[in-house]
Amino acid sequence: MTEDPSSHALDGNAAAGPFADVFGVDVSMVTVTCGGCQASAVFAEQRAFLGGPGAVLRCPGCDHVLARVVQTTRELWLDLSGSASWRFPMPISKAAGSQPNEPLADGTID
Amino acid sequence: MGIFTRGFGGRREPEAASLPPGQHLTDGFPVLTAGPTQYVDTDDWSLTITTETNDRQTWSWDDLMAMPVDDVEVDIHCVTRWSKLGTRWRGVPVDAFFEKIESTGDYVMAHSHGGYTTNLPLEDLLDGRAWVVFEYDDGPLPAEHGGPVRLLVPHLYFWKSAKWLNGFTMMTGDEPGFWEGFGYHNYGNPWREERYDRD
Amino acid sequence: MTDLADRGARTRGKLPGPRPRWLRARLVALRSETRTARTLTFEVPGWPGHRAGQHLDMRLTAADGYSAQRAYSISAPADGEQVSVTVQQVRDGEVSPYLVEDMELGDELEVRGPIGGWFVWPPSPEAPVEQPVLLVGGGSGVVPLMAMVRERARVGSRAPFRLVYSARDADQVLYADELAQSATDDGLLVDLLYTRAAPDGTTRPPGRITEADLATPPEAGLADRVAPRAYVCGPTAFVEHVIGRLLTLGYTNRTIRAERFGPSGG
Repeated sequence: MTEDPSSHALDGNAAAGPFADVFGVDVSMVTVTCGGCQASAVFAEQRAFLGGPGAVLRCPGCDHVLARVVQTTRELWLDLSGSASWRFPMPISKAAGSQPNEPLADGTID
Repeated sequence: MGIFTRGFGGRREPEAASLPPGQHLTDGFPVLTAGPTQYVDTDDWSLTITTETNDRQTWSWDDLMAMPVDDVEVDIHCVTRWSKLGTRWRGVPVDAFFEKIESTGDYVMAHSHGGYTTNLPLEDLLDGRAWVVFEYDDGPLPAEHGGPVRLLVPHLYFWKSAKWLNGFTMMTGDEPGFWEGFGYHNYGNPWREERYDRD
Repeated sequence: MTDLADRGARTRGKLPGPRPRWLRARLVALRSETRTARTLTFEVPGWPGHRAGQHLDMRLTAADGYSAQRAYSISAPADGEQVSVTVQQVRDGEVSPYLVEDMELGDELEVRGPIGGWFVWPPSPEAPVEQPVLLVGGGSGVVPLMAMVRERARVGSRAPFRLVYSARDADQVLYADELAQSATDDGLLVDLLYTRAAPDGTTRPPGRITEADLATPPEAGLADRVAPRAYVCGPTAFVEHVIGRLLTLGYTNRTIRAERFGPSGG
């Protein structure tokens, strides 16, 4: 990373910080689908524009605004209206309670 | 959190007394953008004013070049807290475009190539308060700073000075533009520090 | 029982936590890398650790309340509560001149991180560390790649790693000595190329990186011409150019991971 978070396009890696404020977690690996052209890519590979009034995430294919974040003195604003969907990867835990009563391959329930 | 970084900011010029509250001087000219730089050939450029009744008037680059120009020197103030004094531009006063426009609209939405929008009261664009500019610092306005043509409204925060200007839409009722609908102040007077909505 | 255990052992791209928050960071070590770049090591109480390739956000607040924020790649593997970044000074920059020239031991700022679960090596906890990897860095884009090189050494991996590093001239090269040492000791393949001025004795004339520069040389020891994974980092234009060349060479969007800096990444 380097000086001047403004001007030319960065990628979602650079926007993960501002979006972490709102989501409480690193969203670099979320798969975002564009509401304009339906292309999908991980957050990290979308285009990001920072340093201005807010952080803007855009589709590299069609420039559609996928998401925006603004931090004012009092509030955090989040706009996801340009995204068709956000898919968050989840861990598959074998801990008890995560998949209760799921039958096993042989039909028994652990 | 209250952590100050010793010695940071020491390179900045001493503050001038005439800055709006919360602003700091810069000697660079930061490029801040919400989207990719737009590259528009002057051959392809046009400005269209659309009234609230959908009447349209369009000016080409050649039309623009034939209009009366002002050379202006103004201070500009960005909502991200930098200010730049004595910036020099050449452009056509917005008044010249609205002379023949018949409209009852009191509000205007400025449009940029690439989809950016920003709203202003019509009166803030008239009476010598705003320009459609095409030169900066004695040279053609660079694309990264909004060239070939951008709006210049120095009495408001600089997000109102739409880059890559291609049109004005007249509105009878006020509507928020790209940032105004999303956390930022609807009007944006730096002297009253109107940065965010509800300021 | 086995089926559930198998499912448990498979973790599909887990979202890294915990929530990044701003932490106080005190400068505890400095190392000059070139005339215009230096590595700063911070002591950060509460730092949760990080993976090679991740970055942090840094916030500096002046006495009058003015603050600036920048992102910097972490240059070395996790080391308790110590975190290092290498900063390349950008002319007329607002923050980098302070970090490279003014900041002194004991000074403080704030950091938030680690950030970035995508541009990391190894790519996941289950990924084999012995897989060959191509690293392509432009200018200061080499910083997160260096964290990966150092992580590989730390875990004792002998994975075929090849670093193609594009710099303006010899004065701009970061970590020169360590890279040479790693080439000797750890089997790291390093190809340095220059865009403006090449030192005497180098055969490749200065110029932009090409497909030929990226193609796998015979000594890489790869059965295939294409590494299973490539990491590309640097200014946006550099990254886009390199990705284009890699796609032609047979890499795919799934095997390439990229991180784009601003225009002045070098």
